[in-house]
Amino acid sequence: MELLTHKSESGPEIVVLQDPTAFTTSLGWFVDTGARDEQPGVAGVSHFLEHMVFKGTERRTAAEVNRELDHLGAHSNAYTSEDSTVFYASVLPECQAHAVDLLTDIMQPLLREEDFETERQVVLEEIAMYDDQPPYGAFEKASELFFGEHPLATRVLGSSETVADMTVSQMHEYHRGRYTKDNMFLIASGKVDMSQLIEHVSKVSENWPAESQPRVNLPANYHSGSAVIERESRHQHYEVQMWPGLSRNDPRRYALRMLCTILADDTGSRLFWELIDTGRAETAAIWPQFFGDCGCLAGYLCCAPEDATENSKIIQRVLAETLRNGVTEKELGLARNKVSSSLILSDEKPSNRLFAVGQAWLNRRSYEPLDVVLARYAAVTPEDVMQVAAETLGREPVVVQVVGTQD
Amino acid sequence: MNQELLYRKFDNGLVLLGEHMPWLRSAAFSLHLPAGTCYEPNGLDGLSGMTNEMVQRGCGELDSRQFLERLDELGVERGSSITTNHSSFSCAMPREVLPETLGLYSDLVRTPHLPADQLDDARQLSLQDLRALDDEASHRCFSELKRFRYPLPFGRISQGTREGLAAIDHQKMHHFFQDTYKPAGSILAVAGNFDWTQVCDLVEARLGDWTGAPPRELPELKPNYGSRHVDHSTNQIHLALAYECEPYESPEYYESRALVGVLSDGMSSRLFTEVREKRGLVYSVFATCFSLAGLGSVLCYAGTTTNRAEETLQVLLETIFSLRDGITVDELERLKYRIKSSLVFEQESSAARSSQIASDWFYLGRVPTREEVCARVDALTCEGLQQHFCEHLPKNFSLVTVGSQALELPDGIANAQV
Repeated sequence: MELLTHKSESGPEIVVLQDPTAFTTSLGWFVDTGARDEQPGVAGVSHFLEHMVFKGTERRTAAEVNRELDHLGAHSNAYTSEDSTVFYASVLPECQAHAVDLLTDIMQPLLREEDFETERQVVLEEIAMYDDQPPYGAFEKASELFFGEHPLATRVLGSSETVADMTVSQMHEYHRGRYTKDNMFLIASGKVDMSQLIEHVSKVSENWPAESQPRVNLPANYHSGSAVIERESRHQHYEVQMWPGLSRNDPRRYALRMLCTILADDTGSRLFWELIDTGRAETAAIWPQFFGDCGCLAGYLCCAPEDATENSKIIQRVLAETLRNGVTEKELGLARNKVSSSLILSDEKPSNRLFAVGQAWLNRRSYEPLDVVLARYAAVTPEDVMQVAAETLGREPVVVQVVGTQD
Repeated sequence: MNQELLYRKFDNGLVLLGEHMPWLRSAAFSLHLPAGTCYEPNGLDGLSGMTNEMVQRGCGELDSRQFLERLDELGVERGSSITTNHSSFSCAMPREVLPETLGLYSDLVRTPHLPADQLDDARQLSLQDLRALDDEASHRCFSELKRFRYPLPFGRISQGTREGLAAIDHQKMHHFFQDTYKPAGSILAVAGNFDWTQVCDLVEARLGDWTGAPPRELPELKPNYGSRHVDHSTNQIHLALAYECEPYESPEYYESRALVGVLSDGMSSRLFTEVREKRGLVYSVFATCFSLAGLGSVLCYAGTTTNRAEETLQVLLETIFSLRDGITVDELERLKYRIKSSLVFEQESSAARSSQIASDWFYLGRVPTREEVCARVDALTCEGLQQHFCEHLPKNFSLVTVGSQALELPDGIANAQV
């Protein structure tokens, strides 16, 4: 496999992880924009725009976009997070030219008023759907408490109010400011024709806006605190916790992932043996969320309402013991094997490699091959793990619980 | 790419299947045992899931913790699941560790410790799943649809019932294990980069002298039709709709599958276009084929806010019946390309392939090659599909709604039963 990059003065950067032996080609536009880049009045515009991108361009109607994607046999989709928006498709190699043309064309959508109104209803349905799903807004609430006034507190979907009030001109303005040549990266993996890719992207992106509005980078000032969400229909207890974490470029991120694997992986971890194996909880997990300039550790407990207090105490005890006594070489070895194997298996598919390259490029403008990543995990020591444990779990978390109205 | 199905049937009834994918670094297997929910004794709903959990709590020379730690040392990604017919284990791993992993799972199915002092832990885990399902309205509507449409023993759900889980003791669990964890009726499918001779020798050595009777005969499946509502305090109403189609083993399955593809495969499919794109009624809508005990059903789902639920059901039904008016050449071409390209994508995943060949064997008693599937798909025509639809008009509908308002099937539809 070979990493190829191309950056001309007039076009967006292209990055390809070439594998001539692959059966398929995966392509994606990785846009360095997300909920954190939104003004408070338009919370949810990044995600709403992600929907609108499929609604037609000067060259294609919305129906044509959908038909062409399907005609390519494409496994395609898009997602929006706090700090990125990604559009991708996996196709057979012979479809590369058509797929690149289509994916690149839709990056400049028309944003027609009529489509905007219909899609607004779809987004409102999506908000209603997520609002019905356990743990019922607890993660969003935890982020709001944890990040306070920081833009990372913004809900990715926005709220039904902000989506209902949004105008198409506000979306136009956001699009002009963020979907720019310096803020977008065409990533590809698998069997790729690089020269064809460069030619296509250069041509189609010729008239795109060049420079983005800069991202507001406020220092994150972590908060602690607690909140309770009441739900009428609820059979399980849900609890979300949030601790300070690390930024996604922090060299200690490998140690942090080892810590989470040892503590709270879904099998064979300390919380697994205490809470899952014993049937005390359905889920007890802790995982890192990385952002460009900061990060957090998210914790999630789901269990019977009558066991909630006891289970919370168990989690506190396990964390306190870890902070006090550290982790063992044996635990570290098991976690390393588990993480390494998972990375190796995932790396078999070009579609998975696409996201590894894309996220690395958004974050660091560089990509570490799998063997380098595995070596980073191999180098983590129990002391490294303890150091990140003290910096993260050693601090007061935010806690959000979902309780029944009858409680 | 040459594709050869490797096959061996052992004297005890165990079927071993293999497919080489030498371009991968991984290997994967799926092991289906005839221990699904349809074999649970009445009143013990949830027994298959609890037994599946208990067999993973130590086997052979390893206790529960040692067993899981060994799998972690080997770097095995694993899962287990319960369906109507099977209790299943699936593992994907670096190719080098396949033999040892197969050995560990041979112990798991033959010499599990089934520790009595952990039965309540397993019961609590099952209760957790059941309560979580009660909170997930969109998943719950499919569970309720299964219970409603398929009478016992087929309509049981993998999570069981509170009463069933409470009634399970160690002896009943042990009996279920002895009755159902048997080689006859079991399928072990291996895919990826592996040595077939080595796998055969290993399975012969570890499972060759395993004995046991084939699974029990099941009664004929006679489904229920009509509507059922489950009251649930939510923003959205969740609709699960089922109607009859050809089962997986039918010679005309591809026609049914293609018609569902026209309805639901991709962003240009009719349901996505009519229900979501044109009217904005839903975020999620889909249809899929499902086969059970020789009976095929199309299962449809839509989630929408309460005040638009009736319109959503109406558009859903109109769109299904729009197939009567014909299928366009464009629709069929897109569908053919999607199905055929998905066969190429499957070559990138040993886990997906092992699961598919095990499933094919269960339904068909053989595994079609990619060439055969492509030929069947290529042979589909617009006229043939329209004719198939008109000759097999959707009938025997079941509708389940979960939310704050009940919906009924329209008269003409509700009466469209055999």
